Amino acid sequence: MDLRFGPEYEELRQRVRAFCRQTWPAPGASDRERAIAWRKQALAAGFLSRTVPKTYGGGGFAPDVLAEAVIRQEFEAAGVPYRASAQGTHMLVPTLLECGSEAQRQVYIAKTLTGELNWCQGYSEPGSGSDLASLKSSARLDGDEWVINGQKIWTSNATVADMMFGLFRTEPAAPKHAGISYLLVDMRAPGVDVRPLRMMQGGEDFCEVFLNDVRIPTANIVGRRGEGWNVSRATLKHERMLIGDSQGARTMFAALVELAQRTQRGGQPASRDPAVRQRLAEIEGYLATQEYAAARMLTAIAKNRDASVAAEMLTAKLAATNLGQLLAKLAMDLLGERGLEEPGPGEADMGIRQFTEGRWVSQYMMSLSTAIAGGASNIQRNIIGERLLGLPRDQRPPGH
Amino acid sequence: MGRWGRRGLPRRAGRSDWREMDFALSEEQELLQETVRGFVEKECPAALARQIFDGERGPAVKLWSGLAEIGIAGLAIPEKLGGAGLALLELALVSEELGRGVVPVPFLGHVLASLALAQGGSDAQQARWLPELASGEALGAITFGDIAPHAGDADVLVFARADGSLALAERGAFRSEPIASNDRGRPLSRVAVAAGAGDPLPGASLARVRDAALILLAADAFGAAHRLIRMTVEYSKTRQQFGQPIAHFQALKHQLANMAVEVDPTRGLWWYAAHVYDTEPERAERAAALAKAHVTDRAQQAARDAVECHGGIGFTWECDVQLWFKRILFDRQWLGTPEQHRERIAQMSGW
Repeated sequence: MDLRFGPEYEELRQRVRAFCRQTWPAPGASDRERAIAWRKQALAAGFLSRTVPKTYGGGGFAPDVLAEAVIRQEFEAAGVPYRASAQGTHMLVPTLLECGSEAQRQVYIAKTLTGELNWCQGYSEPGSGSDLASLKSSARLDGDEWVINGQKIWTSNATVADMMFGLFRTEPAAPKHAGISYLLVDMRAPGVDVRPLRMMQGGEDFCEVFLNDVRIPTANIVGRRGEGWNVSRATLKHERMLIGDSQGARTMFAALVELAQRTQRGGQPASRDPAVRQRLAEIEGYLATQEYAAARMLTAIAKNRDASVAAEMLTAKLAATNLGQLLAKLAMDLLGERGLEEPGPGEADMGIRQFTEGRWVSQYMMSLSTAIAGGASNIQRNIIGERLLGLPRDQRPPGH
Repeated sequence: MGRWGRRGLPRRAGRSDWREMDFALSEEQELLQETVRGFVEKECPAALARQIFDGERGPAVKLWSGLAEIGIAGLAIPEKLGGAGLALLELALVSEELGRGVVPVPFLGHVLASLALAQGGSDAQQARWLPELASGEALGAITFGDIAPHAGDADVLVFARADGSLALAERGAFRSEPIASNDRGRPLSRVAVAAGAGDPLPGASLARVRDAALILLAADAFGAAHRLIRMTVEYSKTRQQFGQPIAHFQALKHQLANMAVEVDPTRGLWWYAAHVYDTEPERAERAAALAKAHVTDRAQQAARDAVECHGGIGFTWECDVQLWFKRILFDRQWLGTPEQHRERIAQMSGW
């Protein structure tokens, strides 16, 4: 065990810092172009997607928890656009690395890492939420094309995505889990209709996607026919890891402390209020727990000892959800009557980094979304109960 | 005597190459933990812990000599003075296992007194006490105020003076009055050292030894709560209501899952605190406070939930749940409650 930032890491920190100074802002006509141009340089320098093989545009390094932490800290501090769409970099890319064909890896991974290719996830349907395997959207083989029909919902980023990875029923006669395939859909293909949904805090980050006789090449299947469920499990695992990534929570915690310090209560900063101090320190207990659990997971995964961190892996998503809600609830309590005001249009977006009052109001509502997306909290409790504690499975009707 | 060293276990490794930095136990640390776990499973089943809890002294003495026999008494005492020369992380790993089995031995006071002597005793004090403490021939105890676990049998007591310095008193130089203790496995005494008595430990720091105590308490609570959750799971598979084991009810499954999500991921919190205690002392005070506050609080809530999950039997004297409940209660209440440590964290953070 050794977690010290020794001189080598300080040297790395200086290199990353200098790199950010030299490369940001990057040239480009739009935010998107600047971000892509910068990410290309960061990938070439080995600072971004470090563990993705070099052949596919990554750094080709073995995982190094500390190096990654140092790099993330410097990226955050420099405000560089290091996060491309998470659906692509953290869900699709690991899935292709595990289950994709060589051709799919060559075509998609590098452009996804730079952000040139944006992805959305087509899983949920109006009638298939927690019981995802009951999904009905279908793909039928017609010559050398899949013909897709159906409807997806709660699809984040669909308005900006170039591609969707999704689950579609290809074997209607098979039992429900065995009848699904994992397909890659061009969002610009004829028959794709995206309609944004307005969320309770006012943002429009997620959508309904209607698919009417959408045609895609047969090669756009990941894994084999009827194996899509297992392919998607690989993705969900990564999605849970992504939600368990604690950098965002650490940044938010720093902003929360800052909010407590600038909020006045009884003639002094709220951060002097014993009740607030207790809550901040308790939240930090959860936050530090999450950080060290993540460090344990990354180390164990790097050593192929996943089983030794089963507890951390299976609890990560629910723990992160609970933590996010504690953060947002304290912020709302600090806001008091300011929390009565509706967030402004810019403050309702998920990705915004500035913690204005309105952003916290938005966060108070948005923190509920992690209890639903990527496996709802009650589903997480089933998973923890069954897979971690060995409790019997829920009784379900035959065939489910 | 260095029992761990003598059995071929390498001493604590030096700093490894930076590419290998990681957050995992070494093989030696895993082996240590497995050895202690095996010992506890074999030598201290719940029925024995219960006997000792109910006042039988014979098995308690035998249990502690057994642990001393495999080197646990001298784990963090330098090799040249008869110990294994290991560090706080190893003590914490042992603490987890003793908590898991609610093992009613004087480990905590003994190793903390030894640590205080090893950190700050004069050469003469170390030579007088550490070899005997390492072998288990002598028993150490510690108090940071006026109560101490297992002080009644102690040969040497480390205590804090009014000025905040640490000193030691031999048997005869301190008085101890037993306190009827909730955790009968680690019974407390009220101790008093006559004014002016005692031998100062010139290089010892109260704060430093107390931080070690906080980390060991957190590890103990983690081990106890982790096991108690599993015991509750097993009970839920056997208890029948409405014609089936209650494990089939989702309400109970979700309650148990909530207990696990609160307790299971906290392992890294006390690992980290113990690790920086050994390697980056300037980070240890805050990390120890965080671990003590968070882990013991989460563990205590899980213990309360475990009683609830057991139903009526859960709050009877005869049910073993109370042993674990009271073990965790000790870990939470001794040396500052979670609330007190959270305020310390707030102060250290400059909030």
